[in-house]
Amino acid sequence: MNEISKIEPAALRFEAPPSTSLLAHARHVVAENPVTGFAFGLFALILLAAIFGPWLVPYDPLASNTNSALQGPSAAHWFGTDQLGRDIFSRVVAATRLDFSIAVASVALVFLLGGLAGVMAGFFGGWVDTLVGRIADTIMAFPLFVLAMGIVAALGNSVTNIVIATAIINFPLYARVARAEANVRREAGFVQAARLSGNSEWRLLLTQIVPNIMPIMAVQMSLTMGYAILNAAGLSFIGLGVRPPTPEWGIMVAEGASFIVSGEWWVAFFPGLALMTAVFCFNLLGDGVRDLVDPQRRN
Amino acid sequence: MNAPPLLDIRNLTVEFATRRGTVQAVKAIDISVGKGETVAIVGESGSGKSVTSYAVVRILDRAGRVADGSISFSGIDLVGASEAQMRDIRGREISMIFQNPRAALNPIRKVGRQIEDVLLQHVRATRATAREKAIEALEKVRIARPQERYDAYPFELSGGMCQRVVIALALACQPQLLIADEPTTGLDVTTQKAVMDLIVELTRERGMSTILITHDLGLAAAYCDRVVVMEKGRVVETAGAAEIFRHPQHPYTRKLMKATPRVGMSLHDLLPEGAPASGTAAASAPARAPGAGPLLLVENLVKEYPRPAQGSFLARLAGKAEKPAEPFRAVDGIGFSVERGETLGLVGESGCGKSTTSMMLNRLLDPTSGRILFDGEDIGAIPARRFAASPFRRRIQMVFQDPTDSLNPRFTAERAILDPILRMGAIRGGAALRARCEELAQLVGLPVELLDRFPHQLSGGQKARVGIARAIALDPDLVILDEPTAALDVSVQAVVLNLLDDLKQRLGMSYIFVSHDLNVVRLLCDRVIVMRSGQIVEQGSAEEVLGAPKAAYTKELLTAIPHPPA
Repeated sequence: MNEISKIEPAALRFEAPPSTSLLAHARHVVAENPVTGFAFGLFALILLAAIFGPWLVPYDPLASNTNSALQGPSAAHWFGTDQLGRDIFSRVVAATRLDFSIAVASVALVFLLGGLAGVMAGFFGGWVDTLVGRIADTIMAFPLFVLAMGIVAALGNSVTNIVIATAIINFPLYARVARAEANVRREAGFVQAARLSGNSEWRLLLTQIVPNIMPIMAVQMSLTMGYAILNAAGLSFIGLGVRPPTPEWGIMVAEGASFIVSGEWWVAFFPGLALMTAVFCFNLLGDGVRDLVDPQRRN
Repeated sequence: MNAPPLLDIRNLTVEFATRRGTVQAVKAIDISVGKGETVAIVGESGSGKSVTSYAVVRILDRAGRVADGSISFSGIDLVGASEAQMRDIRGREISMIFQNPRAALNPIRKVGRQIEDVLLQHVRATRATAREKAIEALEKVRIARPQERYDAYPFELSGGMCQRVVIALALACQPQLLIADEPTTGLDVTTQKAVMDLIVELTRERGMSTILITHDLGLAAAYCDRVVVMEKGRVVETAGAAEIFRHPQHPYTRKLMKATPRVGMSLHDLLPEGAPASGTAAASAPARAPGAGPLLLVENLVKEYPRPAQGSFLARLAGKAEKPAEPFRAVDGIGFSVERGETLGLVGESGCGKSTTSMMLNRLLDPTSGRILFDGEDIGAIPARRFAASPFRRRIQMVFQDPTDSLNPRFTAERAILDPILRMGAIRGGAALRARCEELAQLVGLPVELLDRFPHQLSGGQKARVGIARAIALDPDLVILDEPTAALDVSVQAVVLNLLDDLKQRLGMSYIFVSHDLNVVRLLCDRVIVMRSGQIVEQGSAEEVLGAPKAAYTKELLTAIPHPPA
């Protein structure tokens, strides 16, 4: 029926790169960079501990046994016991769920609020941009950890407030990244084309801009996860937020700190190691996540 | 009898390691360039012409390597040379000019300084004489007021000016061989002519050899002694410039020549032999409401942009800026009309206001003053922000210049084509939408099985088709074509231009065709408007304006097009 379609040169079809499945792409990303594979493995381990940890541990993380207080690592107690005779391995594993949840919740919150505010600032410009910019500047004017301390102290000592405080101090980071990314795409050809297709400005924002800045936001989220865990542990360390005897890495390090001098290093060492591993894992994950979600990299 | 060639490439094979195994980008080619000779390497994207030149100066990226063959340059083996030797050769013996001159210059260093850097690096000048020699170099590439321009930053210079600076850089050390990789792509025709004339004159004067890498057969033939045609990594033909135009031997050369628009040919002549005649389906054009008067009438259209405040940085900081300068008029009171079913060409060089005009016509930009009457209604009065909701939106659509940039990387071809229908169309339901999408794909010649692909999985020509299908999805009355083929190879351009013409006749649309390429405009347009600095210089029928131009500027534009030897 159409003459032009018949003269389609065979070369045009030949030129198009073949598509790749997500799984095959993931395999390639991991094969190309073994560090990414390692980070994903570590992440799976953390996830496993967070979900199933409390059922897998050999001892009740809260049960104290003064007879076996402050014992070094052994076959019975892999990471040793603390001053109340609680099994440190069980406590470290059980704490994963709480620390991980705080980090995920705060990152999700700041991604929604900071990301959206930043995208709006970059896309609409004008007074929205000014407003978001000034809010971010105000937050950045404080030393961030001190600000988090202040927020938790003012709002009250609870896990919810740690989540809120961690989200607030990360707000400028998300708002700025999202703003910059949205701003460069504001006048992109595909956005103009969508405008011609009759999309409203809000729909442009949500269907054209947001999906295209997801790769960079995913990297950002992975990096702040580590920071959020550190921040939550830090607040607990100084006695804000989670309260003992709840197993939590920050509290455990704080409690163990006083025993380092007397030679019982394992009380603080193993929760600290867990904390470090988690932060390390999320930082490594950033690059891998970008490679995985960026459609341009998929051929 | 023959002196040994300056550059001798023998049996060169370049491989790239990719995810799907090694790919041979250049396959066993032989090219030689004699002393003082100008050789063009012509080919479409993916032909391996740039890779060949990168192999010569050994700047292939890490995945690429010379798998076989030899490159000898005045007796030196370039394939086996050490990196230290290559550093010495690059710039001093062989230098390169790249496509985008602005990207080739350091944006935060004065251009004069950049020339000095090269002179000092290769010990062609001392600290004491560097400045003087740099100014001399600027003078040689005919930059007016070289003393002043020495202190200019690249962003203060025009594209053509920057390319002259790059040429000055390339020639500063008097190399024996100049490799120019698409040196004028992205420049206006008049600038292209000036730059090419300059390159040829300077290299001839110094007895240098030149390799010109280009996709433009006309440019190659007009400026070079010999033309090497490459296709898919192979040299398919080598011949003298005049010879290749008179008696092209290889079918690919013939196809390439045929697809290059020239004076005195019709749109259909661009297609390879044996292609069916287009335009036979004109009778099937849907009956459009005849309506009174022209489809589009533009009256005294103006777009002004505020100029940044003058005065020094400190004065501005202190709020003591002088009173704001006169606003800059990008479009300065133009008026014209588009009849129903007509194709109007909007021609001019970069900065003439043609893009601003098209953005105002498709209502993405608000005019400062003037009227845009579409079917008798002043659509210029509807703010651009709210135009998406206007019933006129579906009647004015656009095909963008860059097919890659104008497709959302996260939408499949189908989703992109259906976007306007989903927002403004009447069709609902998955099956009906898919059917319409397949119908549109067939109309533009996009294989239906490609509809589920993402833009990065499509070729340039296929992406252009997706963009066209999207623009015609709602059966608009007016389509603005903003250089729709500027980013495409000539053979793909030939097919796309024919497709556009065919669609117009089939669907009875009107086109505004924005372009800098007069040869293309001549083929497609009924009437032509020539713009310069925001004003209309000349308008009339395409034959009149391009055949017997009245305005001096139009004449200048026409003579600047490279004419291959007849």
